[in-house]
Amino acid sequence: MSSPDVPTRGPARPGPYVISGILLLAAIVVPLFVPAYSIDKPRLYGIPYFYWYQMAWIPVTAALVGISYWLVTREDRRRRESVRGEAGAGEEQ
Amino acid sequence: MNAAAVPLAVPDRPVNGVALTIVIILFVLVAVLGFFAARWRREETTGLHSLDEWGLGGRSFGTWVTWFLLGGDLYTAYTFVAVPAAMWATGAVSGFFAVPYTIVLYPIVFLLMSRLWSVSHRHGFVTPADFVGGRYGSRALTLAVAVTGIVATMPYIALQLVGIKAVLTVLGLGSAENVLLTDLPLIIAFVVLAAYTYMSGLRAPALIAVVKDLLIYLAVIVAVIYLPIKFGGWGTIFDSAEAKLAAVNPATGKPVGVFIPGATSYSAYWTLALGSALALFMYPHSITGVLATKSRNTIRRNAAVLPLYSLLLGFLALLGYAAIYAGTKPVDLNGSVNPQLVVPQLFLDHFPAWFAGIALAAIAIGALVPAAIMSIAAANLFTRNIYRDLIKPDATPRQEAGVSKVASLVVKFGALIFVIAMDQSAAINMQLLGGIWILQTFPAIVAGLYTRWFHRWALFIGWAAGIAYGTIAAYNVVNPVTKAHFGGSIAAIPGTDVQVYIAVVAFAINLVIAAALSLLFRAIKLPDGQDITRTSDYGADENDPKVAQIQRKYPLAGPGTPTF
Repeated sequence: MSSPDVPTRGPARPGPYVISGILLLAAIVVPLFVPAYSIDKPRLYGIPYFYWYQMAWIPVTAALVGISYWLVTREDRRRRESVRGEAGAGEEQ
Repeated sequence: MNAAAVPLAVPDRPVNGVALTIVIILFVLVAVLGFFAARWRREETTGLHSLDEWGLGGRSFGTWVTWFLLGGDLYTAYTFVAVPAAMWATGAVSGFFAVPYTIVLYPIVFLLMSRLWSVSHRHGFVTPADFVGGRYGSRALTLAVAVTGIVATMPYIALQLVGIKAVLTVLGLGSAENVLLTDLPLIIAFVVLAAYTYMSGLRAPALIAVVKDLLIYLAVIVAVIYLPIKFGGWGTIFDSAEAKLAAVNPATGKPVGVFIPGATSYSAYWTLALGSALALFMYPHSITGVLATKSRNTIRRNAAVLPLYSLLLGFLALLGYAAIYAGTKPVDLNGSVNPQLVVPQLFLDHFPAWFAGIALAAIAIGALVPAAIMSIAAANLFTRNIYRDLIKPDATPRQEAGVSKVASLVVKFGALIFVIAMDQSAAINMQLLGGIWILQTFPAIVAGLYTRWFHRWALFIGWAAGIAYGTIAAYNVVNPVTKAHFGGSIAAIPGTDVQVYIAVVAFAINLVIAAALSLLFRAIKLPDGQDITRTSDYGADENDPKVAQIQRKYPLAGPGTPTF
């Protein structure tokens, strides 16, 4: 090993990661569950359910990923600040 | 003989002068932009003489540039031509799966790619094989990942040429008799592309992607609003598609296509979507786009906004059905039906020539962006993981950039020869195999981001088994009409009659073997490779010091080891 393991982030709180994990898992599993949408009716502007349902999942996924982004980056920032705060204090001594 | 006097097209397909002029003007504009890109955000001290600068655009792209770059990189011209073509020819299972595919893609990207960014940023990794080498200290595994990446990318570049060719054919350039004249515009386009990629590196496609994406959004939005109004609403379009796809094909005795998948197609549909989504970010050109970003979170932010392109792709897929209603006739130069001409032909048939020109230019330019990025990514793999690792371990950054530039030319001309000399179906077959192969690098790359539990040789043998199964299974798929091998990417799980995407079964085999052998190799204490990464590397951000800087700060820790 060539370099010391300088921590880049403080310890994690599980909350934000668990919630965003569930949101992302839903965004993967639900669109792949074909039996839920392999039907023609009801149509929307003449577009069969099969087609508009899947298209509708695109903005939903974007929103789920967006929420996860917000949760995870907020926690990420907190972890970085916690480790920088300590390092800064260490240098002053 | 005066070359200008030679008619470029045979009488059977007239040249559309206005549309062609627009395409040429936009192409020239883009070429100027490509050369100008060399000066864009340039690092004044070193110029473009390192892989970080030439091959990764200085690792400096922010959210906006990345959105355009990855949008142009992932949603290629071939996608825009092939997905509606598949809808037009066989319907939902082979075409519309692209929508769930590009939905489930983004949660996966969100989860994986920022870790890869962080560790690559810390260690200066340029390719996925660099990371595997650093993590596992295994030459064989690194080489396996690098070669798989290069081999899977080559036919993908060739397919971008197929996309340009579809546009040129519809425009009336080309003749069934004179092969050289047919391919001349293609060759010119590619030489220009090769020149500005050589000059400007990844900055060229990044800048061009902005123009291309704006054009393609314009074209598709207008088409999606205007065509249904003209044709009497989506209802009539879908009804005509349903009628066409339900008709029985006399050669097979089965329906031509699938309008809405029945219970027997469920597994094929979702495994195609999932397998393709898992594979896409294992392709070197996707990873190049990720590593060119400025900070750890740029790619995550993009995972939330890139789905806009999926919406575009979904509507474009539906244009394949619009072409069924409109009775579009995609007749190729030799008189045969070529579904890939459907969308270009649809635009030419139903829009004023100048607007059709913009749409066709968007597709043609759309081929240049991914072709450039793919050739850069393949060249980087060659330079880092074959040239540097095997031939010249002490190569300087300047030498690396020089080798990579030349390799990018070689890769592009290889793809050009592929398309001109060989049958188009060869490129499509190879691309199909490429998708299966590239997924086999997933365990080595992705598991490595989280754990060192897998043994390097177990991963290597798993990779080999996955490749072997995937290749054999794909070979055994026979096209019911032409009786040719590599007839599709769907096969039954061995021992059952559940139809699934071959890549997913190969991936499962790969994973099971890698896990079982890891247990065995750990039990017999087979030597493990050296891991130069640290836990903290996987969370590093742009302001955290790179490993080289840490070593300068703590020189007592001993000399740094390169990738091996």
